Amino acid sequence: MNVDLSLLNPEIAISILGLAVLVLGLIIPKESRHGLGWLTALGLLGVLGLTISGWNNQGTLYHGMFIVDQYAIFFKITFLTAAFLVTLGSMRFVDDMGDQSEYYSMMLFATLGMMVLASAGDFITLYLGLELMTIAFIVLVCFKRLDGKSVEAGMKYVLLAGMSSAVLLYGLSLIYGVTGSVTISEVGRAVAVTPVPALILGLVMLVAGLGFKISAVPFHMWAPDIYEGAPTPVTSYLAVGSKAASFAILLRVFVAALPGIWANWTMLVAVLSAITIIVGNLVAIPQTNIKRLLAYSSIAQAGYILVGLVTASEQGIKGVMFYAFLYVFATIGAFTVATYFYNVTGSDEIKDYAGLSQRSPLMAVVMLICMLSMAGIPPLAGFVGKFYLFKTIVDNYLWLAFIGLIMSMVSVYYYLRVALVMYRDEPLDNSPINLSTPVAVTLIIAMVATLFIGIYPGPLSQVINMAAHSFFMH
Amino acid sequence: MLTLSVGLTQYMVLSAILFGIGLFGVLSKKNAIAVLICIELMLNAVNINLLAFNKFVTPTQFIGQIFAIFVITVAAAEVGVGLAIIIAIYRNKLSVNLDEFDWLKW
Repeated sequence: MNVDLSLLNPEIAISILGLAVLVLGLIIPKESRHGLGWLTALGLLGVLGLTISGWNNQGTLYHGMFIVDQYAIFFKITFLTAAFLVTLGSMRFVDDMGDQSEYYSMMLFATLGMMVLASAGDFITLYLGLELMTIAFIVLVCFKRLDGKSVEAGMKYVLLAGMSSAVLLYGLSLIYGVTGSVTISEVGRAVAVTPVPALILGLVMLVAGLGFKISAVPFHMWAPDIYEGAPTPVTSYLAVGSKAASFAILLRVFVAALPGIWANWTMLVAVLSAITIIVGNLVAIPQTNIKRLLAYSSIAQAGYILVGLVTASEQGIKGVMFYAFLYVFATIGAFTVATYFYNVTGSDEIKDYAGLSQRSPLMAVVMLICMLSMAGIPPLAGFVGKFYLFKTIVDNYLWLAFIGLIMSMVSVYYYLRVALVMYRDEPLDNSPINLSTPVAVTLIIAMVATLFIGIYPGPLSQVINMAAHSFFMH
Repeated sequence: MLTLSVGLTQYMVLSAILFGIGLFGVLSKKNAIAVLICIELMLNAVNINLLAFNKFVTPTQFIGQIFAIFVITVAAAEVGVGLAIIIAIYRNKLSVNLDEFDWLKW
């Protein structure tokens, strides 16, 4: 068998980068370690370039264990963009925290796990990618090990993630027992016959395990706590990367492996999506901490993305990919503002954002644009994303589209409440906030991307059409 | 002479019972280390399932056995991280009782 290792170039490059950052951190003296942030950011940019240059290099490796199609490559581009923006926006935060080399290498290994997950072609690769990502995130969540809140969040995450992966594995083992295979494409052929109860049970456990990762509603209880306790840059990467990667594999498993029993799970996903949208948006209203507010809003966003899974069509996949990509910029923009604000003032409370528009106009405007994009106000990117998602379900699931519409209007209320505090209230402390260059660059990238995708979605939409089409090629 | 034949059903029942005990423990135990042990029980239920399916469903291939080895390895890594966090939180709070971790709202 001829193995084309060039398909693995991005994964190989990022693991070398991760190990190099770890080793360099041990060798170089403490005072020059902040250079590791720049090394990581430039390295991620290089891997991103490598991934984009391999856009037309598609294929499968190791008898279908590892699939490299444009669908997977698009998700890898999403993760690497997110990792780059988070690294750029959080360098000062990490310098204040210390232990740069471990932080950046864990960040890179989490990215590697996501990339493996997006390419997973069988359950073993799926499990390894998922755990690589999760364990790296567990370490990152409790990175401020002297801060009780951070360690407590890490504790909750390790116990709940362990339980959810055990449930997921039990589901996978049942599917393997029924079909006699762990390769996703072979499972897809085997389940075309009538479903047996064990298969349905396996399916439900799979939904529970992956529902935990995307924080869909009955399995969302961990998210606000861990988002609040974790260091803010980690929270933003957890909200973006871990969620996008879990959606990538959720689509792969459900649309490629279980289309034969589509009738058994489509209603389940539709109901899950509806309650996620409702609970996420309603519970966000009374929040007073910006990180908890963004946590609940990200639960609601997961509900919107789940809508794309309901029809399991090419259009649905396109909607999910589009939304996952623009969600990167909106979320990282908002969280970078929160990170920098915390660095300067030491507070995450919304009431302390009073008068931010006078202290730092750029931070206030980025926060406003990102939040309006999440709420889905035209002409911002979020509107186009929601349009693509809900377009797929208006024929068969009109009630779900209505819930989405009403709850989007509800979400405008709590997003604008933050805007009101930033723009109307007088600041308690008038001193202006000076942005460091990397943070300003991150904020401007997030803002410009959100505006640009919203006004001119054509090119991105064409790329995603190609990628969604490649999903069904094998 | 009494002959006992152990088939797939027996293995699956054993695994389901073990998984149920583990899940109950995770949800009811107050001690963080006990919760970690219960997660291990759940993972071992998965391993029994995988090996039994390997023997009865795909006896000529080793998919299930290979999967089980990966599960064991990754579970060891996860418990390693979990124990490190328990030590860190013990230094902070001098306790491993989950009821006392209330800085964050559940």
